[in-house]
Amino acid sequence: MAGETAFAAPLTGRRARPSSEGAAAALSLGFTTAFLSIVVVLPIAALVWASRADGLQQFWSVATQPEAVAALELSVGAALLVTLVNAVVGTITAWVLVRDDFHGKSFVNAVIDLPFALPTIVAGLTLLALYGPKSPVGVNVAFTRTAILLALLFVTLPFVVRTVQPVLLELDREAEAAARSLGASELRVFRSIVLPNILPGILSGVALGFARAVGEIGAVVLISGNLPYRTEVASVFVFNHIQSGDQSGAAAVAVVLLLISFAMLLTIGGVRFGVTRHERA
Amino acid sequence: MRRYPLRVIALGYLLLVLLGPLAMIFWRSFDEGLGPLWTSLSDPNTVHAFTLTLIVAAIAVPLNTIFGVVCALAIVRRRFPGAGLVNAIVDLPLAVSPVVVGLSLFLLYGRTGWFGHWFQAHGIQILFAPPSMVIATVFVSLPFVAREVVPTLRELGTEQEQAARTLGANGWTTFWRITLPSIRWAVIYGVVLTTARCLGEYGAVAVVSGRVEGQTETATLRVQDAYENFDLAGAYGISLVLAVLSVVVLIAMTCFKPNQEERA
Repeated sequence: MAGETAFAAPLTGRRARPSSEGAAAALSLGFTTAFLSIVVVLPIAALVWASRADGLQQFWSVATQPEAVAALELSVGAALLVTLVNAVVGTITAWVLVRDDFHGKSFVNAVIDLPFALPTIVAGLTLLALYGPKSPVGVNVAFTRTAILLALLFVTLPFVVRTVQPVLLELDREAEAAARSLGASELRVFRSIVLPNILPGILSGVALGFARAVGEIGAVVLISGNLPYRTEVASVFVFNHIQSGDQSGAAAVAVVLLLISFAMLLTIGGVRFGVTRHERA
Repeated sequence: MRRYPLRVIALGYLLLVLLGPLAMIFWRSFDEGLGPLWTSLSDPNTVHAFTLTLIVAAIAVPLNTIFGVVCALAIVRRRFPGAGLVNAIVDLPLAVSPVVVGLSLFLLYGRTGWFGHWFQAHGIQILFAPPSMVIATVFVSLPFVAREVVPTLRELGTEQEQAARTLGANGWTTFWRITLPSIRWAVIYGVVLTTARCLGEYGAVAVVSGRVEGQTETATLRVQDAYENFDLAGAYGISLVLAVLSVVVLIAMTCFKPNQEERA
C-alpha cells in the first residue's frame, strides 16, 4: 500500500499529503477497482472469452446463422426507428417543458421519468392490455413488429428529453431574439441557433436510447410473441438459446450486442469530449 | 399561439405511450374487484417473490451506494491514471443489455466457468440461487449513485474541505462533516434510482435465477410466469403493486431531483 501511495502523490501534482490521507486514497482506489472488476469486468471478460473459445471462424458462423441475423436485424432496425422518433419527439417534448407554460407542467415533467421507475415487464404487460387482443381502444398490435416498436418507444422515452432539457434551460435567449429582430423566421432561428446548441444533447440521448432499445427484453418479451424470424429480438434470441443449452449461439449474439453497447458509449464519450473542448476553447 | 401544435404533439404522445398504459394497469387490476386481487396477492409463492425481490434490493442498494460514493470521490478528487477507463466502465451497465449481463454471469459461475469450478468444489451454489441474482442486480444498478454524485462533487469544489483541513480535521472527519452533507441530496436521488432499478430488474435475473417458483422467483419474474399460465388476475395484481411502488419512486424522484431551474 505504501508503494501505491508514493505512486499516487506525484501524479496528483499537489504537495505531499499526510500519510493517513494517502492510505485513504489508496483504499478508495483499491475498493473501486476491485468492485468494478468483480461485478463488471470479469463477467464481461468471461463472455468474450467463451465466445472465442471455439475459434473466430466458429464464432462468425454461429453469429451469422439465419435466425441470429434475423434477430439482430430486427433489434437494430427497430432501435434505429425508435431512436429517430425519440430524437424528434424528445426534442419537441423538452422544448415544450422548457419554453411552454401550461397547467400541470410540473406533473408532465415528473411523468417523463416513469419508464425509469416502472419495471419493464410491467410496462410490457400494460402495453399488452392497452394495445393487445382485449384493447379497450380497439387497437390490437400484439405479437407484431409494431408492438416491439411501441414497447421500445415506452422504455426509451426519457433519454432525449432528459439530455436536451438542461441545455435548453441554460441556452441564452438573447441570440434568438437578435436573430428574430434581424428578420429570421422561427424555423431559421431553430436551425441556426437552437439546434447547434442542443445537438450534443440530442446525440447523447439518442446513443443511450439506442443502446437501451437494442438490448431491451423486459418490455418486449410479453407483447412480441417471440416468433423466430418474425418478432424475436436479439435479447430474446440470447435468452432462448441459453435456455435450450446452446451457449455458443447465445454468446455469439451477446458479443455482437456488447460491441454495439461499446460503440454507443464511445459515441457518448466523443460527444462529451467535443463539448468540453468547445467550452474550454 | 404558435406553441399550441408542439404542445399538442408532446402531450398527445405522452398520453399514448406513457399515461394510457399506466392507467390500464390500475383499471385492469380492479376489473374483477378486490377479492380476486387479494387472493392472487396472498398466494404464498407471490409473497415469497416479493420477499426475495426486497431481500435482493436490500443487499444491492447499500452496496451500490457505498461503491457510488467511493467511486465518485476517487474519480473527482484523485486524478489517477485510468480515471477515464473507470468512468467508462461505470457507464457500461447503462448501455449493456441485461440479458448479456445474465449470460456473462452464467458463463463465469457456470459449471465450466472460471469461478464455477471453485465454488462447486466448495459446495457453494451461486448460479440458480440468490447470490447470482444479487450480483446481477448489483451489475445493472451500479451506475446510478456514482453518476449523480460525480457532477455534484465537481460543482462543490474543494474550498470547504481544504478549510476543514487547515482547521485540523482529518480526512474521515472532513468526509462526514463537510463532504457527505454537501452531496447528500445527490446520494439520496441516486439511491432512489438504484432502488427502482433493483425492484424492476428482469432480464439479467431471468437468466441467472433459474426461475424456480417459490425459490428463486422475483416479483418481475412472477409477473411473466403468471401471465404465461393464464393467471391474468395474478399478473395484474403483482404488476399493480410494482406500479404503485414505481409511482412512489417517481414522487421521490421529483422531490429529490437537483432543481434544474435553480441551477440555470
